[in-house]
Amino acid sequence: MEKLLEVKNLSISFTQYVQGLNRHDLRVISDLTIDVNSSEIVAVLGSSGSGKSLLAHSILGILPYNAHVTGEIKYNGKTLNQELKEELRGKEICLIPQSVNFLDPLMKVSEQAIGECKDDDEHKEKKIRQREIFDKYGLDESVDDMYPFELSGGMARKVLLSTALVGNPNLLIADEPTPGLDAKSVEETIQDIINLKKEGKGVLLITHEINVALKTADKIAIFYSGYVIEINKAENFNSADTVLHPYTKALINALPVNGFKFTDGVQPLEETLGCPYWENCPDRFDKCENHKPDLVNHDGIMIRCFKYEEADNGA
Amino acid sequence: MIKINTKRLAKFLGFKAIRLLILLVVIAAISFIMIQLSPIDPVRAYLGQRIVSQEQLAIIGRYWGTDLSLTERVFGWLQTLASGSMGFSLIYRVPVTEVIVQKFLASLTLMLVSWVISGVVGFGLGVIAGAKEDSLADKAIKTYCYILQSSPTFWIGLVLLMLFSVYLGWFPIGLSVPIGQLSDTVTFWQWLHRIILPAITLSIVGIASLTMYTRDKLINVKKSDYFLFAQARGESFWGIIKNHGIRNILLPAISIQFLSFNELFGGTILVEQVFAYPGIGQATVAAGLRSDVPLLLGIVIVSAIFVFAGNFIADLIYQYVDPRLRSEGDE
Repeated sequence: MEKLLEVKNLSISFTQYVQGLNRHDLRVISDLTIDVNSSEIVAVLGSSGSGKSLLAHSILGILPYNAHVTGEIKYNGKTLNQELKEELRGKEICLIPQSVNFLDPLMKVSEQAIGECKDDDEHKEKKIRQREIFDKYGLDESVDDMYPFELSGGMARKVLLSTALVGNPNLLIADEPTPGLDAKSVEETIQDIINLKKEGKGVLLITHEINVALKTADKIAIFYSGYVIEINKAENFNSADTVLHPYTKALINALPVNGFKFTDGVQPLEETLGCPYWENCPDRFDKCENHKPDLVNHDGIMIRCFKYEEADNGA
Repeated sequence: MIKINTKRLAKFLGFKAIRLLILLVVIAAISFIMIQLSPIDPVRAYLGQRIVSQEQLAIIGRYWGTDLSLTERVFGWLQTLASGSMGFSLIYRVPVTEVIVQKFLASLTLMLVSWVISGVVGFGLGVIAGAKEDSLADKAIKTYCYILQSSPTFWIGLVLLMLFSVYLGWFPIGLSVPIGQLSDTVTFWQWLHRIILPAITLSIVGIASLTMYTRDKLINVKKSDYFLFAQARGESFWGIIKNHGIRNILLPAISIQFLSFNELFGGTILVEQVFAYPGIGQATVAAGLRSDVPLLLGIVIVSAIFVFAGNFIADLIYQYVDPRLRSEGDE
């Protein structure tokens, strides 16, 4: 069976000019490999500001012009080039944006959910669909004529979700769907995302909230310093013993339920020669300093660490 | 569609009316005092080249109140003004109000035409430049704007006059009515033919600033999250520019255009001078040069009202058209 979305060895870098004319390539995403099936939720979990959103932007083809992209993205087995991205976005692949800032402040929300139409017939058709979806999420007709600033936090979240669903997409990309929401709204969002999966849609959830990822996702990819270091089943994240990477273990141990264990160190900002986690890793080998491990399959878990590569080779 | 809260509107209008009143009193008083302190002697200006004796001079002076103190004169002036009279023009020999109405109407068409031209052209160029930032079109428009912005209006007027009226002979070199014809017998085409060149000249400075402003605003919209989201939703580039770009920059652009009434008034003085167009600008220059104090003061007051009207409309648009501000006070 073809995978709904396949991302292979995706790297995104930006060309910057520092101190006059010195060109400098800033790598934001390195060698990212991930895939999403229908009826599956895959979470990309990483710290805020680490460039996770760029993954979403590159799938939708809305990266800024100075971004340099390598690697391959496939949708239903077909390579997603810019042309295909432009054709599919808004129809088969939709973005659920993170906040009300992604809505035009001077346009009524129903019109924004409907989007651009070629003619009046298409508009009528989409209007019916928009009404259905708004109804489904409990947004009554008075909401149709509201402007984004008039929406409450919970309504805004539902409107944002609705905008993505009017086109009836197969793949949804949720970019930080729960920023600064209260516990109840977070719970609702989690439920909404799970319902999308039940309807057969694939969801790529990009978030920094481990709680949301744990409750919704089937698979979780850990994003560290631009690298995906581990892709594991969500249930394995309940204990530090079932996750593989030293960083993931430290992350799980740092959760309140697991004793709040604090690990020193920060993510490197500059491109490292070896493993990005080398500096802070408790299990490091000599070769970790100067060699980068690849993302390999270890018993069905994708892992980027020499510890397991060694074990596999030894076996 | 636009819900209007009458109570709020009344409050808004009341505030504006009080502000206009204060503004007019202050402007009338200050401009009057400045003229009084200037070397202009109204008695001399009235008499012109006629030779009169010292006694006669003193009698006229007394008749006009030049022997009163400055405070008395200021209050006298404000009192007369409050009664609705602006005095008698020395050069036209008719009440100032009459001169101003006649001249202002002539200028108003000129200003209105150029205001519309600069609004439409300026906004259009700004949208093109902003949408296609850093393209050849953008660079060309930017260069054009810098050149226009840095050259004086009267100079552009002279260049246009030389090119189109003298060398090419497409347009007349001046006057709003063909020589030897009465103004009420002028046809629409004759009128249009004569207004094109001055109107274009007057609109040119406005175009440059509005274009640069629109361009800048549109570039900001292009950097916004909602622009990115519209792209992510598969809307076409020009569709986004139309649906989200223009929607968000039109209001500020219209406001800026209304705020430019002061430049328009300043510009018309120069343009009318260059094209010998008999409007309020020419009357201003004549009043200044020939010491027609009542007319000069009258024009100052009328121009203040004119600029105030522009600002007022800009305010009104923001208050009642932008949905974000409109409903704030309604709840």
